[in-house]
Amino acid sequence: MSKGSPISPALLAARPAPPAAPARETAPVPVSAVRGPNAVVAPTQMLGSAAIVRSLEELGVDDVFGLPGGAILPTYDPLLASTKLRHILVRHEQGAGHAAQGYAMVTGRPGVCIATSGPGATNLVTAIADAHMDSVPMVAITGQVSSAFIGSDAFQEADIVGITMPITKHSYLVTDAQDIPRVLAEAFHIATTGRPGPVLVDVAKDAQQSTMTFSWPPKVDIPGYRPVVRGHSKQVREAARLIGASQRPVFYVGGGVVKGHASAELKELAELVGAPVVTTLMARGVFPDSHDQHVGMPGMHGSVSAVTALQQADLLITLGARFDDRVTGVLSSFAPNAKVIHADIDPAEISKNRTADVPIVGSVKEIIPELTSAVRENFETQDRPDISAWWRTINHLRETYPVGFTQPDDGLSAPQQVIKRIGELTGPEGVFVSGVGQHQMWAAQFIQYERPHAWLNSGGLGTMGYSVPAAMGAKVGNPDRVVWAIDGDGCFQMTNQELATCVINNIPIKVAVINNSSLGMVRQWQTLFYEGRYSNTDLNTGHDTVRVPDFVKLADAYGCVGLRCERDEDIDATIQQALAINDRPVVVDFVVSRDSMVWPMVPSGVSNDLIQIARNMTPTWEQED
Amino acid sequence: MARHTLSVLVEDVPGVLTRVASLFARRAFNINSLAVGPTEVAGMSRITVVVEAEGDLLEQVTKQLNKLINVIKIVELTSEQSVQRDHVLIKVRADASTRLQVTQAADLFRASVVDVAIDSLIIEATGTPEKLSALLSVLEPFGIREIVQSGTLAIGRGAKSMSDRALRSA
Repeated sequence: MSKGSPISPALLAARPAPPAAPARETAPVPVSAVRGPNAVVAPTQMLGSAAIVRSLEELGVDDVFGLPGGAILPTYDPLLASTKLRHILVRHEQGAGHAAQGYAMVTGRPGVCIATSGPGATNLVTAIADAHMDSVPMVAITGQVSSAFIGSDAFQEADIVGITMPITKHSYLVTDAQDIPRVLAEAFHIATTGRPGPVLVDVAKDAQQSTMTFSWPPKVDIPGYRPVVRGHSKQVREAARLIGASQRPVFYVGGGVVKGHASAELKELAELVGAPVVTTLMARGVFPDSHDQHVGMPGMHGSVSAVTALQQADLLITLGARFDDRVTGVLSSFAPNAKVIHADIDPAEISKNRTADVPIVGSVKEIIPELTSAVRENFETQDRPDISAWWRTINHLRETYPVGFTQPDDGLSAPQQVIKRIGELTGPEGVFVSGVGQHQMWAAQFIQYERPHAWLNSGGLGTMGYSVPAAMGAKVGNPDRVVWAIDGDGCFQMTNQELATCVINNIPIKVAVINNSSLGMVRQWQTLFYEGRYSNTDLNTGHDTVRVPDFVKLADAYGCVGLRCERDEDIDATIQQALAINDRPVVVDFVVSRDSMVWPMVPSGVSNDLIQIARNMTPTWEQED
Repeated sequence: MARHTLSVLVEDVPGVLTRVASLFARRAFNINSLAVGPTEVAGMSRITVVVEAEGDLLEQVTKQLNKLINVIKIVELTSEQSVQRDHVLIKVRADASTRLQVTQAADLFRASVVDVAIDSLIIEATGTPEKLSALLSVLEPFGIREIVQSGTLAIGRGAKSMSDRALRSA
């Protein structure tokens, strides 16, 4: 050998296998890497700004969220004339970003947001970071000052490409109008393929203003970007062999299965294997909660059955999950006796936190069916392992420690009850979008999810304020579904200005403000770990306070219907009333107890074995044989 | 921690060095040295980066680098299978009484004198980090005024080129 061996992610992940195994294939090259109908457009002269709008149209985009300003002004002119693009004018660019995320999460199509240079672009940063952490396909288009001014600290100049470099999948600065169609086609290709993510396209004002020759489709060839889609067949067979030998297998299912649209494939495999299934915060609904094999959500606030299933497993069948610290707790004590099968489209996730025994790089959409047939073949030729003892253990935990809650002592409603009833009265066809904090965990725990794309939240970044604008985007993407923003009183105050956008553009979302008058999750930690010293967590929005702001009046001011519910006996009627209104947004101020806490909980920094079902209460463990 | 030399073939586009460097910073990977320049293929640059990392971390470094869209290919070059050289320019104090000793020391290391002034010399040397560090310790007693050093450059031995097959088109 005369030189070093090439390091490709696929090879690294598949290291135990011979590197030249022919079965490993790169993505089946589609007819074109350009999204959309690929209509042929003969060369036409137009301005760069018109080319942006035309490119979006050719890429099959219907809805965009944005807010104009100086450096993007040229593009907003042809946008006005477009009959194919619906532009929704937001009240803050962060709202445009989260709306694009919500739109992408329910439709599976890339969300698009537009902002001007400088502060417009920096206001998108939180949403871009959020999309990056949660792998949401999104294209953000920003105006930039004219190329001659770049680097001169010009008015409203910010190096947004530099600022967002660590939080985008890729980014472009366009200074030549002629590059616009190709760059946008590449941006959409990158955002939507492989592990999805946000792509930023920053377009200098002079590029928008100069004349170019538009033709479609552009040629997209990105030599450094070849996502692997098909799983290595040898690894798939090895995974099937481990499944065939496991006494205590668990499916550890993450958001990748939602993004990969592999819900049906997962169900077939899970039912064939018969093992317990846990769905992470990002995967709620991808396997039906009502399914007998579903044992809950794992993690810091997961169910005892789900957390313990992972801890005591001898095999984790990990699909599109990434061993996040909220799931694993102290990594070294996580699932100590388990072998790990890890299928993920991003090779860098495999063996990043937990070493995989069987790494499979590829799309779960392709891998799961192959694994299913390999497992079926194994089961036909050899004895299936008996996992009934495993099920007895898990069923015992599931029955003994169901996720539940206690009625608060202060006479106010339990927030869990409110959220549970919203879920029950709305039904599984609804879309539920949460903010971040206690209400997020309760919405993950107490709403029954039966289908993927019904549950949206900011899982990775934990962005307070995600809920209202993301719900708005979800409603635009799924206009026929009931869309609930399940928000907290803290979160709601971060982004509620998008209610104006919802009213003006007829986007009738429903907002449930779970109003415990405090930054509840922080307060819970202060209760548990800071001796009840409530430093700066009181928001004065709830019961027995000055109620600033008054959420009902605020709703009214925005032209929404504002409702308030302060008693248990009104919960159902209020939810029904909200469900009956479809001509404008509804905001319900659910005044609830501030003392309710999220349980179970694995305190930070300890092993998942120390899960608490209530304060200082740990489950009693059966002796494992 | 073990040192590893990675050759990273990248598209020569604005910001590519920032992307690579900021990835190292963001993920807390240690860079020992870094050198970048154009290659035999138009539009392609090559970054030679020496990292300090153990097995799993090295794997993570290369996987994360591979995720950068502008990165075409990464090869680890071991010292046996590659030629690795650093380049250094050293300004040494040298007057009439010591000039001869300094130039003789330089000769022994096959270094060359590239500038002479009344009280100093500039010596140019190429070699492995070990050789250059030996040269520096020999020159130390004369008084080193200034050092400027390149990152390690590395190239695989034999006829193959790193850009072979790297640019196959979709």
